[in-house]
Amino acid sequence: MSYTTLAITLIFVVIPLLLSKTLRLGLEKDTIIAAIRSTLQLLIIGFILKFVFDSENLIYILLMVALMIGAATQNARKKGKAIKGITWKIAATLIAIEVLTQSILLGFQIVPPTAQYIISISGMILGNSMVLTILFLNRFTAEVEAHRDETELILSLGGTPKQAIHRQLLNSIKTSMIPTIESQKTIGLVQLPGMMSGQIIAGADPMQAVQFQLMIVFLLLTTAAVTSILLGFLSYPSLFNERMQLLRGKQ
Amino acid sequence: MSQLTEAALHFQNVDYSIDDVPILKGINGSFPKGKITTLVGPSGSGKTTLLKLCNGLISPTSGNIFIHNKPISTYNPVELRRHVGIALQSAPMVKGAVFQNLALPLELQGRQLEEQDALHLLEDVGLAKSFLQRKTDDLSGGQRQKVSIARSLINRSEILLLDEITSALDPTSLHDIEQLIVNINRQYGTTIIWITHNLEQAISIGDFTWVLMGGKVMETGESEFLKSPTNPLVKQFVQGDHR
Repeated sequence: MSYTTLAITLIFVVIPLLLSKTLRLGLEKDTIIAAIRSTLQLLIIGFILKFVFDSENLIYILLMVALMIGAATQNARKKGKAIKGITWKIAATLIAIEVLTQSILLGFQIVPPTAQYIISISGMILGNSMVLTILFLNRFTAEVEAHRDETELILSLGGTPKQAIHRQLLNSIKTSMIPTIESQKTIGLVQLPGMMSGQIIAGADPMQAVQFQLMIVFLLLTTAAVTSILLGFLSYPSLFNERMQLLRGKQ
Repeated sequence: MSQLTEAALHFQNVDYSIDDVPILKGINGSFPKGKITTLVGPSGSGKTTLLKLCNGLISPTSGNIFIHNKPISTYNPVELRRHVGIALQSAPMVKGAVFQNLALPLELQGRQLEEQDALHLLEDVGLAKSFLQRKTDDLSGGQRQKVSIARSLINRSEILLLDEITSALDPTSLHDIEQLIVNINRQYGTTIIWITHNLEQAISIGDFTWVLMGGKVMETGESEFLKSPTNPLVKQFVQGDHR
């Protein structure tokens, strides 16, 4: 695609701007900011990726993955402010997911150990993990607040914090995993996944694109399960103090 | 209050605040072992907070609480709460049937409640056998309170804290529950601390009474003192000014 052709696609930015103006939605400023930010961010990442792919230097690959983990952590932590130490807990979860999935992919030689594969797949895994983190934290903080009575009841009867929070924790883990599982049930029927579409547009054999997409689909199932469960078990102890008392939440 | 009676619980200069707002101020005094002490006072006077301190659900901002002459902080919280049982005012339930709620205290210890024992407990609190499998969502306020009382009896705690457990009961049930608690106190020597808004109940059931107002203990003594309190504010409260 040439830069001229790309410029023509700005029509797709102008349409929502006109609609917003006509219907007085007040979204013009946000739309322009979104368009500018996404253009700048993607152009910058494009140049960085080109540099990293060309260099094939392990340090650059690690730095790139670290940057992704840092950005994902920064974005997701806002939803878990009520949980003490949430930043490092999210970071630890994302690192664990990255290490686990890449170890399997590279260990079994499913993909070659090149920057092109490691960084692209990391982006998909970490992006999905970040969304799951946000879903989990949203649900978990809501569950804890809604069921404080039940949690205190179990503590008052001599239950441990783990027993007291067990139901809310499992509910939150389950709820955060459901969208990943459900969306995979209709994959290919309702929507063609972005990576597969991208490969096909770039001229890849559709069957080859399907194989790669299946690999990602399976990966995302592990990502969903491990992210929610690991973050859940890292988070719940912060809701209690050393005297096994439920700390006060948002008033 | 009698100094000769051994204290099950002793408060020493206990303060409790939330975000620097004092809830309890300078609480001193003892709850005698094997006796029923009733706690009375207007809403918001800190009675429930005091019970939660005894069960270790919260800790004092300053001061000390002693249980059987040992600081509360030296007890393992899980062990403490099994020895100091509590029936909370809101009678919270876990999702499921009455049996699951009755079995909860033992289940938390990895033990099982026999159905026969559960039926005995229901009988004790005046609920029919058919309630055992009933969903807790289908219970009335009074029925929930009865299940909550039955559940608080399972651990056979040495100290039992009761937070307005009869507020939603009809007069007959109220009398039966009062009798049940008195029997437990007499039979097992259980120390009981009972919050009530019913001053007649406080006098008839209590061996001793504490009156709390504005987070302070205003007057204590053998429950009969409620008939002619010395503190003018308590006198006003008893006459109904604060009710």
